[in-house]
Order: sequence, then C-alpha cells, then structure tokens
Amino acid sequence: MASLVRLRSIPRCVPRASFVRTIQTSADTTQLQDSPHQSEPFTVKIHEDSFRTYNCEKPELDVQVTKSELLQMYKQMQTMRRMEMAADALYKAKMIRGFCHLAIGQEAVSVGLEHGITKEDLVITAYRCHPFAVLRGGTIKGVIGELLGRQIGMSHGKGGSMHIFTPTFFGGNGIVGAQVPVGAGLAFAQKYQEKPNCTFAMYGDGASNQGQVFEAFNMAKLWNLPCVFVCENNKYGMGTSAERSSSNTEYFTRGDKIPGLQVNGMDIIASKQAVQYARRWAVEEKKGPLLLEFVTYRYGGHSMSDPGTTYRTREEVQRMRSTQDPIRGLQKYIEEWGLASESELKQLDKEAKAEVDAAVEEAKASPEPLAKDLWTDIYYAGTEPPFMRGREREEVHHY
Amino acid sequence: MISTTVRSRLPRFLELRSRPKVRWNSSSAEPPPAGGHAPSIATSELLRTTRDSALRTPGLSWAEDGSKTIVGGRETRKMNTYQAVRDAMSIALTKDESAVVFGEDVAFGGVFRCTMGLAEEFGRERVFNTPLTEQGIVGFGIGLAAMGHTAIAEIQFADYIFPAFDQLVNEAAKVRYRSGGQFNVGGLTVRTPTMSVGHGGLYHSQSPEGFFMGAAGLKIVIPRSPIQAKGLLLGSIRDPNPVVFMEPKILYRSAVEQVPIDDFTLPLGRAETLMTGNDITVLTWGTPVYHCETAIHMLANPPPSIEQHIPSSLRSAKVELIDLRTILPWDIETVTESVNRTGRLVIVHEAGMTLGAGAEISAQVQKRCFLKLDAPVRRVTGWDTPVGLQYEKFNIPDAVRILDAIVETLTY
Repeated sequence: MASLVRLRSIPRCVPRASFVRTIQTSADTTQLQDSPHQSEPFTVKIHEDSFRTYNCEKPELDVQVTKSELLQMYKQMQTMRRMEMAADALYKAKMIRGFCHLAIGQEAVSVGLEHGITKEDLVITAYRCHPFAVLRGGTIKGVIGELLGRQIGMSHGKGGSMHIFTPTFFGGNGIVGAQVPVGAGLAFAQKYQEKPNCTFAMYGDGASNQGQVFEAFNMAKLWNLPCVFVCENNKYGMGTSAERSSSNTEYFTRGDKIPGLQVNGMDIIASKQAVQYARRWAVEEKKGPLLLEFVTYRYGGHSMSDPGTTYRTREEVQRMRSTQDPIRGLQKYIEEWGLASESELKQLDKEAKAEVDAAVEEAKASPEPLAKDLWTDIYYAGTEPPFMRGREREEVHHY
Repeated sequence: MISTTVRSRLPRFLELRSRPKVRWNSSSAEPPPAGGHAPSIATSELLRTTRDSALRTPGLSWAEDGSKTIVGGRETRKMNTYQAVRDAMSIALTKDESAVVFGEDVAFGGVFRCTMGLAEEFGRERVFNTPLTEQGIVGFGIGLAAMGHTAIAEIQFADYIFPAFDQLVNEAAKVRYRSGGQFNVGGLTVRTPTMSVGHGGLYHSQSPEGFFMGAAGLKIVIPRSPIQAKGLLLGSIRDPNPVVFMEPKILYRSAVEQVPIDDFTLPLGRAETLMTGNDITVLTWGTPVYHCETAIHMLANPPPSIEQHIPSSLRSAKVELIDLRTILPWDIETVTESVNRTGRLVIVHEAGMTLGAGAEISAQVQKRCFLKLDAPVRRVTGWDTPVGLQYEKFNIPDAVRILDAIVETLTY
C-alpha cells in the first residue's frame, strides 16, 4: 500500500499538450495561395494544424478549388441547416413525433464527405442521418416526409428519423455502433466484387466505445477492406463529454494497426481534402481501412428531448456558433476571395429556405401510410406467415 | 453420443428401479434391457435409410425443375447431419457465385466439421475464418447481404448468439421494414449448433429459439435429420428473408440417412406430421423428436418395469407426432388442425418452460382449439434453471418424462 501511495505522489504524466500540437477547429483558416479565379480552379492552402496523423502521411495542404464548387457547398450547407431547422420547428409544433437527432453545426462533415466521394461509394451512419440521406440521392421532402410519417417519406413513413435509405446510403441506424460492422460487410462486398469504391462507415464519439466497433476494425484490417471508419467527434456522446466517456479521446488513434487522420471538421475545405485522401487510400492505393476523425460540434442537444445545456454551458455553444461555424467560415472565404458578394450569398440563403419550405409543405400534404402497409415489408412478399396479430381479434392480418 | 444416452441409460434407469438389489457397479455382463430395445436415433424409423424412402421425403422439391415428383435415376448417399449440412453449403457455393461462408474456424472445417473441405474446394476468399466476434460476424453478414450477397454465417454455438442478438433483432429482422422495402438482408443465413449433448453445460447446451419468436422479419428453422438439414438449409439460404438455422448438435453424427445428392429444398414455415393418430398430438422439433418416438413406442409396448403405470386402455392410443421444423413463423394451421382432431396436445422442447416457444404455441392452441380440448396443453421442457453440467441429462426432456406427460394428458 505504501508503495502505491508513493507512486501516486509522483506526477503520473507530464502534461503533453504543451508539446503536442492540438488540432485547430476554426472554420476560416484556409489561406488563398494564388489569385482567385471566377471559372478556373485556383489553389488555397489549408492550415497545417487542420490535420493530425497516426501512422500515415498528412494530406496535401495545397488544394485546388473552384468558385462553382464553393458556392455549391455553401448552398448545400445552408439547405441542410434549413432542413434541420425546419425539422426542429415541426418537432416543436408536435407534428414530428418520436426521436429526432439534428446535425446543426456538423454540415461541413456531411457536405464535405459528399464532395470528396463518388456517387458509387457507400455511406452508412447512425441516427444523425438527415443530411447524408439528402446528399446521397434523397430529397428534402423525402426526409421531412419520413420524419412526419407520411407516404412521401423515403421509407414510406414506416421508419422515421433514424431510418432513411438511398441506393448508396445504407441508412441511419438507431442502435449505437451497430452500423459499423455492417459497413465492414459492405466494404467486403465491394472488395469481393472488385468495385473501384469504398465504404464510409460513420459513427460518433459516443459509439466509438462500443465493442462491435473494435470488432469491425479488426475484421477490416485483417481482410484489408476498403472501409473508411469515420468518427464524427462532436465532443459529446449524448450528455457525456468525450473526456468523461473515453480513456483515449484521440479517436483517430484507436484503430491499433489502422492508421488514422484527425481532421478539422468545421472547415469544409479540410473536410473534403481529408475525404479525398481517405478514398484514395482505400480505393486507389488499396491500403485497407483508415480511421478518419472529424472534430466538429453540434449546436443542438443530442436529440429533441435534450436541451443540450445541462452538460455544457450556453457560452460554450455560443462561442462555437460565433467563432467556428462551418457555414460562416465558408462564407468568409467566398467573400474575402471575392467569389461572390454578400447579397449574392443572401440570395442563395433565400433559395435554400424556399426549397426547404416548399419541401415541408409538400411533405405535410402527403397522406399518412395506409393501414395495410403496416403489414408489408416484414417478410419478402409471398413468404409471410399465415397471419400477424394486431391489438384486437379484428385486427389480425391474414396474408 | 445419444445412442449411449438413450439406449443404455434409459433401460438401465428403469432396470434399477425394478431390481434395486443388483449391485450398481457389478462387473457382471449387463443383461438385455428390461423392456426390450426401444427405438433410439440409431434405430429410429423416422430416419429414411433407404434410397427409395429418401426420395419420397414429403414436401421435397428438386431445384432444377421445381418438380416435386420423383424422377428416376436420382442418387442418394449415406450421410450424417454434418455431412448433409456441408453438402447443402457446397451446392449453395457451387450454384451461387455470390455465396460466401464465414464464421469462427469454418475454414478448418468448424468445430462440428460442417464446413470440412469447403475452403479447399471453393477458395479462402469464399470460405473464411472470422475473429471471435459474434456481434461483428452477424453485423458483417448483414452488410454483405445488403449488397446482394448470399451470406452464410456460422455462430459456433447457439449459446454465443446472444452478443449478436441486437444485430439479428434490430438490424436483420427490421431492415426491410424500416427502409420501406428498399433494402433487405434476405441473403443472410446464420447457422448455429443448438440443443443439448448431455454434457455441454451452461454455455454449450442452450436452445435459444424462443428468444427470437418476437422478431418478426426473421425466420427460425430447426431440422431433425440429414435430409431435413440439407433441404431446409438450402431452403433457408434461398429464402428471401434472413434465417437463423439451428442445427441440433447431437444429431450431427448420430442421425444418419440416405440423402439425395441432387439440389433440393424443403419448405419453410411447414410442420411435418411424422406419425398420424387421432388421440393425442405430440409437437416437437430437433433432438426431442427421437425421444418422443421412444416415448410413443413405450406407450404401446411398456417395459415391464413401468407397465403398472400405463393403463392398458392407453396402449392402443394413436399418437400424432408433429415436427414443427420452422419455429418462426410456425405452422399454426397444421398444429391446430391436428389438435382440433385429437383434443390433446403435448409440446416438447429442450429450452426452459418459461417463455419457451411452447408458451406461445400453447397460448395460441388454447385460444383456437378451446372447445375441442379434452385436456390442458402439456409442456415437457428443460428446467428453467441454467443448464448445469452435472445434471444436464435430467434437464433434457427424456422419453420417460414425455411418456409421463402423454399418459397424464390421455387420462386427464
């Protein structure tokens, strides 16, 4: 015992922060390298502290961008935020019931990811899934309709917030971490079928402590699968901060033999660059899996029932909103580099709002699913059991 | 294994009761069993040991032409259950380019040899070992099946399926529904050895089929013999829904049949009536099918040691024996039709009584056959306790307990 006491009195670890450079998460640190061009690509330089690596090389800091792509990113991020805000309002108006997890603040991850991959790559994520569903080929009315439980919804109103799919988006998933080994299976099929594509299996900092995440890491590395494990670290797993839930909060280093890359997930240019790097790693260089950690932040609570202020201060949220917002960061680039004026961006904001508003109205007008659809899609049509029970004798459904 | 269990243990048990003065550890040669030789798995009449009877297996459907009629010139080969399972997977891998087989140690043949030689035959890209990660295996299989592959996963023992319970119940069973029909994992089949061997103990003898009964979207299949295993496994692999295929592990070696070597399937969701009768229905699946056969035989020809307990009026009772085969969704029509005719039902399964599959079945039967029932539905099951190593043989519903339940139900 005495020896233990003696041990404890020795400082256990030297504060490493002073030696190790930490990632910076400002949304507006990318610098212009040559003169911005209206139609041709031009070069910008990402801040060197936008990436940290684990057993791999840093991505190139010099990136080629175009005006049209930056404006498209801006509009998409704005649209995604408007859509999430519309969902928030509909939820508060009690039109959306059940569970609803919004990704406000994390737009640079979803939009950055979509810009870094091809249409044939696959994405699977957890419950914070609305922007991915739209960007991967879905529609806003399909997402809002699903949240409202209407026929127009992407799962015909039978799934809800966490259950939205497109042919290349394997869904939100309600079970924390369950999508990660599924992602490994998707990647295996891609490898098996010799497709020039990879899978982005996404999870949060909370899910990163689930056992099956490590099971998936191991299988992916063992079989060298083209699977990029993407940790969206928004610093809180539900109501517990990363520091209080994870012994190692450097999620990009948790793949053991799988190299990792930590990325400023608030700067969309860095996000896209990292995704392209990961894709090249998995597909062209065939180096197997990679861990990608986006350091980001969610402005809202974990879900609609969480005000998001019991485990963090209002000031912290406010500070993130005002200093590191990904949309504002991109807006600053666009304005500083003279790609568009404030009024032109305002016009894009208006278009985004109008698009979302129209989609919400369309979704609201869609009817609820028919009662008979309660009984479909359980078993493959024609292979159902003879009947399934409802609440009452009259409600027993006979196939 | 079972042959030593049932063939020697049971008569010896009976004999001990009738002749208590015989020294238990006497070195003298064992007398013939007091009741003559009751049928066991080795001698069961339920097993189709001739080519002709094998080809006449009810419900059998040949893959090439979908016909159910027997075509001359078809071959059979003597196989035990693990060979039949292997044969089914071999056919699936041959005919379906996208089929892959994976699980713990399957490339070496698996602990029960069900995948012997498949890796050599089809390549290690298609038949491969996974780490010891049950949840990961099923999740991985779901991903693979979602991409249109035929994923044949093995969970080494049904007892280990619980870490994968979430993936099976929340992902595999629901993905079709929650994606509004856009995605499905119909190509997923999870094979797993189940039920007791007599000395498996806590984590190698459980029968978890009942836990899955509420998971609409899944199918649960348990075969009783080599022909059934091959036909039902091929049926499960090709079924457009995710299937958990539980193979009674004691039957891997002990059940032997002539198995048609061609590609054939047996229907899922259909029970099979193995013996017909109008006095009482005995419903079971998997290993206890053979204990039930023994019990029914003993009812008609009771060994002298227990003769006094079986009223002679019951000896001519006609017992209907049904193998349920698919536990989810179970064949309610066949069961209720039978019980409406016999008025009596005994359900036998190895899982514990509380919320075992028998609970759901008896509740349905009492509702649908209420006015036709002449006796309460009787369940003969494993105990509700964990399966202890030392007393496992007493946990399993054996022929005597089944016989007792049949007698009690007939005389109610």
